Amino acid sequence: MSAAAVSSPAGQESWLALFHAHEPRLAAAAPWWLHGLRRSALSRFAQLGLPTTRWEEWKYTNLAPLARTAFQLAEPVPQPPARGPAFLEGAQVTAAHGRPLEPLPGIPGVTLMSLAAAWREAPELVRGHLGRYAAFERHSLVALNTAFLEDGLLVRVADGAAVQQPIVVVHQVAPAGRTPVTHPRTLILAGRNAQARIFEAWTGPDGEIYFTNAVTEICAEEGAVLEYTRLELEGDQAFHFSGLYARLGRAANLTAHSAALGGALVRSEVGAVLAGEGASCALNGLYLASGRQHIDNYTTIEHAEPHATSVELYKGILDGQAQAVFHGRIIVRPAAQKTDAVQRNRNLLLSEEAVVNTKPQLEIYADDVRCTHGATVGQVDADAVFYLRSRGIAHREARRLLTLAFAGEMTERLSSERVRVFLEEQLLRRLEAAQGG
Amino acid sequence: MLEIRNLQAKAGDKLILRGIDLTVRAGEVHALMGPNGSGKSTLAQVLAGRELYEVVGGEVLFEGRNLLELSPEERAREGIFLAFQYPVEIPGVSNLYFLRAALNAVRKHRGLEELDVMDFAGLVRERLRLLGMNEALLERSVNEGFSGGEKKRNEILQMAVLAPRLAILDETDSGLDIDALKAVAAGINAMRSPERAMILVTHYQRLLEYVAPDFVHVMAEGRIVRSGGKELALELERQGYAWLEEEAAPAQAG
Repeated sequence: MSAAAVSSPAGQESWLALFHAHEPRLAAAAPWWLHGLRRSALSRFAQLGLPTTRWEEWKYTNLAPLARTAFQLAEPVPQPPARGPAFLEGAQVTAAHGRPLEPLPGIPGVTLMSLAAAWREAPELVRGHLGRYAAFERHSLVALNTAFLEDGLLVRVADGAAVQQPIVVVHQVAPAGRTPVTHPRTLILAGRNAQARIFEAWTGPDGEIYFTNAVTEICAEEGAVLEYTRLELEGDQAFHFSGLYARLGRAANLTAHSAALGGALVRSEVGAVLAGEGASCALNGLYLASGRQHIDNYTTIEHAEPHATSVELYKGILDGQAQAVFHGRIIVRPAAQKTDAVQRNRNLLLSEEAVVNTKPQLEIYADDVRCTHGATVGQVDADAVFYLRSRGIAHREARRLLTLAFAGEMTERLSSERVRVFLEEQLLRRLEAAQGG
Repeated sequence: MLEIRNLQAKAGDKLILRGIDLTVRAGEVHALMGPNGSGKSTLAQVLAGRELYEVVGGEVLFEGRNLLELSPEERAREGIFLAFQYPVEIPGVSNLYFLRAALNAVRKHRGLEELDVMDFAGLVRERLRLLGMNEALLERSVNEGFSGGEKKRNEILQMAVLAPRLAILDETDSGLDIDALKAVAAGINAMRSPERAMILVTHYQRLLEYVAPDFVHVMAEGRIVRSGGKELALELERQGYAWLEEEAAPAQAG
């Protein structure tokens, strides 16, 4: 397959060819039902093609540069290609090119297995869940991930287990100039009244073109309480897609933090279905975009049952010629009476050239609900800057302080002090780089 | 200490200050009065370095230095303090952090050692007692959700912490109930000293019942049209500002 063939408008031919080239190997290593899932996903991808800006959900994010690039499936690597982020504490799993490296840590109350091992040795754990929350019928990148599903991580928290130690998954890539694509997959199953904190970080080297196409699924049973933190720390030339799709049972609670910092072209999705009465979720997002970065956050919260609550706050800080997109949908189904949903998106522009497209969207089909949403885009408040300066605080310092304070509304929600400090340091470094330049 | 000569300033195309002359010496308290739109607040903001206003004529000397060439933060470090008419809310920045950052910026400029959290907490508590302020206000974000009275007291607290040489208080008395007014006045009186000068910008005579000024100036249409002792404030209280219109018109022609 030549690279030229990749640039067809919908961009799917090269991916189909890539699949067929690897299919004998993929089929040999998987049970029939899994390979059937892959094939269904592939045929759905063949129908959909890569998203284009004609699709409403992709209106402001153009994947043409991705469609033009010829990617190779990343080979397995036996060792971690790099050191993981030092600030993350907990039971750490390194996933290199989407494959968890052995040995996996042992945590009481938690089953940690590679997906490849799980679908051979414990198919009953996986088969009823995999692909059930991340619906590939409606999403071509999820379909692509599912078609190339080769390995991944299963995290199962037993019924009633309250896991104290955070579970940390660090994804790494070693592109070595070969423009690799990885399709990381994580399946998190939280049993009834289980409690756990999970961090998932995506990292990679600067200066290398690669594509991370990641999908994480969460099934939270009745009364489960999960905190999930996503850290997108990709290299500066990376294409990054990650989708988190969660189903929450009765009275289950999910807090999902999402920080997007790295990458050249980034799309980060959260889809939460509040499928049980009294379920609740909190989605917090922070995106820092500078240079020519493009960071798109797309979130969907579906209220399917009564008395569920959702609170969403996404904040963006943009510098240089960066572009950001926030598209947040809240869907309230007819049965979901007494829904309480709050959604806010706020953006701070530090330069004249930075651009934000924000689109909060409520779709309400029930009548007894309380839903509010709002979006703002603004610059550092000139009155506040003058106020601080009039007290002796230097102009730079005043802007720094106000920008940190803006981010603080999101970072203070993080339970991990070290992640909060890391994000603040990253923000400060960017501010200094921007002001120095 | 402060020498203003024929100061003229514009906001956009509009000339607001039309030639201000004012001399303030150390230890003096000056009240600057006048109707709305007379330019009192503009003068206060120009002295603090607000970039919304463009100085188009005249000069301002502070301790013999050209004040107008200094940035707002340099003015503050040199000892100028403006209590804002409308203090700005700054979500996410704690009042305590803000006060310490401000004081340390000023101390550093004066070659003094910066204060650590413990030393600073001691200093602030003492000033709070002086103003009868609630310590809980320190933990909250700067002015966020403060009542009108709390905001004005917070300005006085900042003044007490920064100990400026020249304090300009822009309508710090407006919108206060009598208890808050007394607390603010007590704070101002406690800060009076032979080394410190104050300019009280006020629309009403009310504050001056509690803080006796050495001089009273009346502004109209961008100029000081009358100056006198504290009895001038009482006269204004009786007569209002209507008489100014007759006086200001010929003054402008001349």
